[in-house]
Amino acid sequence: MATQTRSLPGVATTARRSEGVWRDAFGRLRKNKLALLGALGVFLLLFAGIFGPLLAPWPYQVQDLAAITANGNLPLPPFQSIAHPLGTDQLGRDILSRLLDGAQVSMTVAFVVQLVVLFIGVPLGAMAGWFGGRIDTYLMRVTDIFYAFPDLLFIILLSVAFRETAFGRALNGVLLVFVAIGLTSWVTVARLIRGQLLSLKETEFVEAARAIGVSDRNIVVKHLLPNAIGPVIVAVTLGIPTAILAEATLAYIGIGVQPPRASWGTLIAEGQGFIRSYPWLTVLPGIMIATSLMSFTFLGDGLRDALDPKLKGKQ
Amino acid sequence: MELTPDEAARITREQRESSAAKSKYLLEVKDLSTHFFTPDGVVRAVDDVSFQLGYGETLGLVGESGCGKSVTALSLTRLVPNPPGKIVSGSVVFDGVDLLKLSDDGMRKLRGKEIGFIFQDPLTSLNPTLTIGYQIAEAIRQHMGLSKKASIDRVVELLGKVGIPRARDRLNDYPHQFSGGMRQRVMIAIALSCDPKLILADEPTTALDVTIQAQILELISVLSDEFGTAVLLITHDLGIAAGMCDRVNVMYAGRIVETGSVDVIFERPRMPYAWGLLDSLPRLDDLRSDRLRTIEGLPPLLINVPDACRFNPRCAYARDACRDHEPELTPRDEPGHFARCWATDKGGWIP
Repeated sequence: MATQTRSLPGVATTARRSEGVWRDAFGRLRKNKLALLGALGVFLLLFAGIFGPLLAPWPYQVQDLAAITANGNLPLPPFQSIAHPLGTDQLGRDILSRLLDGAQVSMTVAFVVQLVVLFIGVPLGAMAGWFGGRIDTYLMRVTDIFYAFPDLLFIILLSVAFRETAFGRALNGVLLVFVAIGLTSWVTVARLIRGQLLSLKETEFVEAARAIGVSDRNIVVKHLLPNAIGPVIVAVTLGIPTAILAEATLAYIGIGVQPPRASWGTLIAEGQGFIRSYPWLTVLPGIMIATSLMSFTFLGDGLRDALDPKLKGKQ
Repeated sequence: MELTPDEAARITREQRESSAAKSKYLLEVKDLSTHFFTPDGVVRAVDDVSFQLGYGETLGLVGESGCGKSVTALSLTRLVPNPPGKIVSGSVVFDGVDLLKLSDDGMRKLRGKEIGFIFQDPLTSLNPTLTIGYQIAEAIRQHMGLSKKASIDRVVELLGKVGIPRARDRLNDYPHQFSGGMRQRVMIAIALSCDPKLILADEPTTALDVTIQAQILELISVLSDEFGTAVLLITHDLGIAAGMCDRVNVMYAGRIVETGSVDVIFERPRMPYAWGLLDSLPRLDDLRSDRLRTIEGLPPLLINVPDACRFNPRCAYARDACRDHEPELTPRDEPGHFARCWATDKGGWIP
């Protein structure tokens, strides 16, 4: 047809952009104000976690004795000094710097724990879902066992058992906490992946992939996991606040980060004795924990809505 | 015992050389039986099916739903879901190689390369999270060992062949950006991607509307001629079979009940089931009735099948002989025409 070469007036002739699943989901996420707020919070926390120690006015362990001496040997309250914008603790250490250092600990915990979770959960879940049958039964009983462990107790026992080993001391005691928290939280992801694969492996595009000779491994990795990744992203994002909370709880009871390093949990523990006279010592790290939990939860909820194909076009 | 790849290749080659001389067929299926082992009993979905398919030939496999057509096609490429399905006996000799004796890996290397598959529903047969370009290139990368650039060129060429305009621009599009007919064109491009010798088309147009159907069938027909590809066309639509096929197998209840050239099957069928199917075709010149005619009843459950003609409960011509023994596929007047029916056999009661 000769008319095909002539472009119609008013019809765009530029190539269209390919819109993938991700662009689609991102478009929906952008319309969700709460999720954006969460994303902003997450971004700020990450920024604090990565660059905080560089930006901090003081090294976290340095005591500014002059400052507290001038204040009559009492901790400096927030907003009273330019050198210590958020005040100091009773030893003269800068609160802002310690909070920023705590952010680094919390963000590292958040992400390393999720890496451990993905590293264990995805392969186990994928194997159980893909092979099914007896392998599925065995793997799922293992996850049941892990699920049945009382998390905190398990982490505490692990920490105590390995405290004096090289592994327990690695990274100032933090590595042990990462692994312990990761070991108790991969179950959700494993179950998610398994469930997704159980239904996905029956789809026709798997049959079609088989019919062109794609190997089982490639079917799982290239065809199935990308289809299953949405819920996993949500689970991981929502798992982060749980991990942060677990780390704070452990730090509060003295497991994990060792002094003089600070974690928000240890800051609360250190400040609780003075909660009546110097409330900012506990309130400020408390606000940090609460903010990070809410940020990740908002973002996670937003992602869940954005990645759920059933909600397409409803918002 | 595990064979090394070298040994396996040698055996395959010897097998191919020794039988290629004997066979003028691309595909020879002999006594193929595929059973499903269900809690209710053994379902004989495909029961002693034998047929041949010549190089470049188009063979139709027609019958109602649940007659074993799709399971036959899946059995040829060993894609029957197991459990519960299992190929229990028979042989499938493709281009001189018995596919049922091939290793799993050998079979995998054959799928997509020598045997292409077009599925019924293009809406669900493409992976929604992968681009069209990736999905077509997958078979090419898998089997042809082309460089990335060469495989992209090949994909563009294929998309052009199946009639997708501006192919290069659409490589990175996702399936949901294509219409049903376009997606079936993509499926055809995938099936043809490695120049296969045989294409199994399992109801390729059932999910499409009538005008698109015609286009897709035309495309399959033109491209199979151009590539010299043999086609096994599975359909329940006799009109499609009449237009596309050289020969037709009529399947009923897991068995082939009549086989012959397309002309013979449509002009002189010798099996009441084939009459019934032909009679069920809506006709524009039939003014007597505005109701669609059907074959009464349903195909039987294929559990504990008695030794009797499987069509007898629905057959208007059935006599005691039909209920006592199952007839064999016996030759009729035309060469290559066989039917499984006591009534039209020698000495039968239908002349």
